[in-house]
Amino acid sequence: MELLVASAIGVLTAAGIYLVLRLRTFPVIVGTAMLTYAVNVFLFTSGRLVVGAPPILTDDATRYTDPLPQALVLTAIVISFGMTAVVVVIALGAYLGNDDDRVDDSAGRLDAARKGEGRQ
Amino acid sequence: MSLFILVLLPFLGALLPGILDSAGRRVCAGGTLAVTLTALVGLVSNLPALMAGEVVTARIDWLPALGLNVTLFLDPLGFFFASLILGIGALIIVYGRYYLSRDDSMGEFFTYLLLFQGAMVGIVLSDNVLLLLVFWELTSLSSFLLIGYWKHLPEGRQGARMALTVTGMGGLAMIGGMLLLGRIVGSYDLTVILENREMIQDSPLYLPALVLILLGCFTKSAQFPFHFWLPHAMAAPTPVSAYLHSATMVKAGIFLMARLWPVMSGTEAWFYTVTTAGLVTMCLGAVIALFKHDLKALLAFSTVSHLGLITMLLGTGTAFGAMTAVFHILNHATFKAALFMSAGIVDHEAHTRDIRKLGGLRHLMPVTFAIALVAGLSMAGIPLFNGFISKEMMLEEALHTELFGPWWLVPALATFGALFSAAYSFRFIAHTFFGKARDDYPSKPHDPGTGMWLPPAFLATLVIVIGLAPFLVEPLVKGVTGAVLGGVAPVPDYHLAIWHGFKPPLYMSAVAVAGGILMLLLHRWLQKAWDVTPRPEAKPIFEGLVEAVAAFARGLTGRLHDGAFTRYAAILSVTILAGAWHAYATGTVGGATRAMQPAPVVAIIGWAMLVAASGFLVFAHRKRFAALVLMGIVGTIVSVGFAFFSAPDLAMTQISVEVVTAVLLLLALNLLPSETPRESGAGRRLRDGLVAVAGGVGAGALAWFLMMRDFVAAPISEYHLENSYYGGGGTNVVNVILVDFRGFDTFGEIIVLGIAALVIYALTEALLSGPVRARLLDRVPNAPLAGDRHPLMMVVLTRVAMPLILMVGVFIFLRGHNMPGGGFIAGLIVAVAVVMQYMASGYAWASERQRFPYHGIIGAGVLIAGLTGIGAWFTGHEFLTSSFTYIHLPPIEEFEVASAAAFDLGVFLTVVGAVMLSLESFSRLARRSQSTPAEHAMDIDPSRGRGDAGLKGGA
Repeated sequence: MELLVASAIGVLTAAGIYLVLRLRTFPVIVGTAMLTYAVNVFLFTSGRLVVGAPPILTDDATRYTDPLPQALVLTAIVISFGMTAVVVVIALGAYLGNDDDRVDDSAGRLDAARKGEGRQ
Repeated sequence: MSLFILVLLPFLGALLPGILDSAGRRVCAGGTLAVTLTALVGLVSNLPALMAGEVVTARIDWLPALGLNVTLFLDPLGFFFASLILGIGALIIVYGRYYLSRDDSMGEFFTYLLLFQGAMVGIVLSDNVLLLLVFWELTSLSSFLLIGYWKHLPEGRQGARMALTVTGMGGLAMIGGMLLLGRIVGSYDLTVILENREMIQDSPLYLPALVLILLGCFTKSAQFPFHFWLPHAMAAPTPVSAYLHSATMVKAGIFLMARLWPVMSGTEAWFYTVTTAGLVTMCLGAVIALFKHDLKALLAFSTVSHLGLITMLLGTGTAFGAMTAVFHILNHATFKAALFMSAGIVDHEAHTRDIRKLGGLRHLMPVTFAIALVAGLSMAGIPLFNGFISKEMMLEEALHTELFGPWWLVPALATFGALFSAAYSFRFIAHTFFGKARDDYPSKPHDPGTGMWLPPAFLATLVIVIGLAPFLVEPLVKGVTGAVLGGVAPVPDYHLAIWHGFKPPLYMSAVAVAGGILMLLLHRWLQKAWDVTPRPEAKPIFEGLVEAVAAFARGLTGRLHDGAFTRYAAILSVTILAGAWHAYATGTVGGATRAMQPAPVVAIIGWAMLVAASGFLVFAHRKRFAALVLMGIVGTIVSVGFAFFSAPDLAMTQISVEVVTAVLLLLALNLLPSETPRESGAGRRLRDGLVAVAGGVGAGALAWFLMMRDFVAAPISEYHLENSYYGGGGTNVVNVILVDFRGFDTFGEIIVLGIAALVIYALTEALLSGPVRARLLDRVPNAPLAGDRHPLMMVVLTRVAMPLILMVGVFIFLRGHNMPGGGFIAGLIVAVAVVMQYMASGYAWASERQRFPYHGIIGAGVLIAGLTGIGAWFTGHEFLTSSFTYIHLPPIEEFEVASAAAFDLGVFLTVVGAVMLSLESFSRLARRSQSTPAEHAMDIDPSRGRGDAGLKGGA
């Protein structure tokens, strides 16, 4: 079972990295979402995989899984939603403002801007 | 007075001038003066203890683990410098009050001046070298502010920048040197360092430490080849020049050399570096000073020269040299500050300080003339003035110093320096005050008011008193010398006196004075020769150097940071992979300590779905809606996986976040193109694929290695499990961790979430108020619109579902402390319920019925959470300590009331507000593109032309 989870993390990471390296904003956003899954699952597995022992205290339970990674991942999931929303609104603003959803700034334009600054 | 108060007083007092500025110039200067005088009195109150041979100390442990403590000590050396700083500071404040014009902001000036004063006092009283470094940098900064005080003058700004660059670089070197010194000794306390002479000088780190510390001292005290910044700093107002650049700040480097004298001096490296640098600086500065026409430039180079003299004396490493250095520091501070102030008076009254436009002022400004004459003759080394005595002692010391072989080299150079020193002093007096009175001064000069001439007159009096009766200051000089020597050598048995008989120093002195007079007479021809001699100019060289460094940095940044995001992402991924590979290849990994658990069929099916969905996502990511669906599958499997591996809270959170994320991305896709064009070629895709596969293998392997091994140390979760019920009052340990054990984290996180939502709102507002608005209004939709904008089925379903979902939300919230659930999950569920209404009936319809602004909900949530935390203070506990009790009300079962529930309510509200504010902002963007807002809950798009009124739903 550990092999399944580890390979799933690997697949999620690979898909995430590949998409992050694309040239348009939308795949990059999807890619970061995939990386988020991978990272959250990875952090979660630092408590090791335990089946059928949730950290809910009961009188007849004999063992519990590690609750701390769960608490950390829970807030990470919510925060990552907030961050995704921010990135999406930035991407939207860039696209609506320039009619262009490329993530790479063209190098020539940037150099010209720098030289302009240097002259002042 | 406690040393702490002594150091803090100028810093606290720095707040005064700004406040008093509006109360008038007299009050402002008076307040500043009162601060300085109080500090001076406080300093003198420690004198009896010092006379009794004690060292006054004060100590607070600040960061003991780093060896950084606030430890101060006052010995005669510190006392000597502190009284110079505060005493001359007081005179400068009086002088500055009259020097500054009505247009200058006096509050700003005195604020900077007091900041500087505090930093200087801090340097000379620090017992901890790290603390000393902090004050050291503060003097550089406050000096920057003071030099650039006249912001409208380009020379002021350039001079300030140059001073900051040079002394700042020196400061950096000094940090390295001090850290090395602390490492050698094993303590950063100066008093400890000063006791370990052998340990330091035998250490292999001695030489690097010496070089770095001397770099700091030489840059600060303007020693060759770093002397060039000081003349450019003369763009500062004259009180600043008199205070910082003659009497105090430039002596900080000398102070440090004197302070570290017992442990650093006496080696060949010290002797050759310090003596040579001092000697070269002394001669170079004296020669240049003679040919400067600007009074302040002349004095600046003269200061460089005299600082060189003191440095040379410290470099010789003898007790007599140290004593002479101490005495000359005192003499130089008195006559040079007086000269600067006189030059300032001339500039102030005649509106020029170009020596070629002056002359004949002795009848017009008799008082100023008298002061300048006394101070100038002292600088020239004429008997009966204090400069003469220390110059004699310097020549005596030079006679006994042998550098690079020939015995006559040092005495000859010392005489040469003294000769030019006499020459420029004579020129300063003669060309400014003697000669015929002219009628072409830019302004008719006359003596200034009493307030302006009294401070330099006081100093001039000291010049004469010390010159006539040097035995008065002998105890002071000997006491300070004792502190400099630090027990390494005995204080020399030498008496400060005007007359020591016909000895070689007297002859050398006579040669110097006679030569000086000769130079003055020949000055016109010498100046012509000087003007035609090509010389390297420091300023263009310095600026060229700075420009070259800046161009290099610009080029490097431009190449590495060219705006290509994908390139950064690729570089980042490859770098992380390389680092991980290095760690894996060089580190050791123990064997697996856990057995692999068997995988049930359902897990394999889930895994297969996740892998398939991810694979399709990569290959079909250009179809954006399909990508969104595939992402949803992945998210669902992940949340099912959480449920499977004993994490019900995570599962619930993940699935609700999936819903809101899907809504969010759908709203975004409404405005973005629905397909990604194929842009990257096969080679690039292959490259990205390789990086991605390598990253995936790495992440997977890391997770695999981690999961197959037991915890290295016992996890702190044991504590959480044990104390969750009795300490936190809940059986759902994850929730108790969130609201109690790590409540502070959660508090921070909901604040971040709230800020993110506000950022989204602000960005949307900015977009809608700009040119994008028109674009959105004219937008042609990607796909044909559905006929019914607000479908009947969906509207009915969401209305029916809403109370049910809200009830589920409340239920999840209430049981959160003991069963899976809690504020985060309940907040997401409620947000889903509300967002469904937006989807079903449109933005306008839904927002009309929404009474509380989402900003307010976010704010209320953070406020409630914060107040709950503060509530713990009233029961005498730490912030966010939760307390709980059980209440039994007859009709209902016994239930628990915990303060954690209030905290969780704050979390709940923040999550609802943040999610709704983000989604609402997005839907506002989308709404603009529609032709008419819907008036009714259910309607049919009229543009389709069916126009069947019967189908329009009633509100």
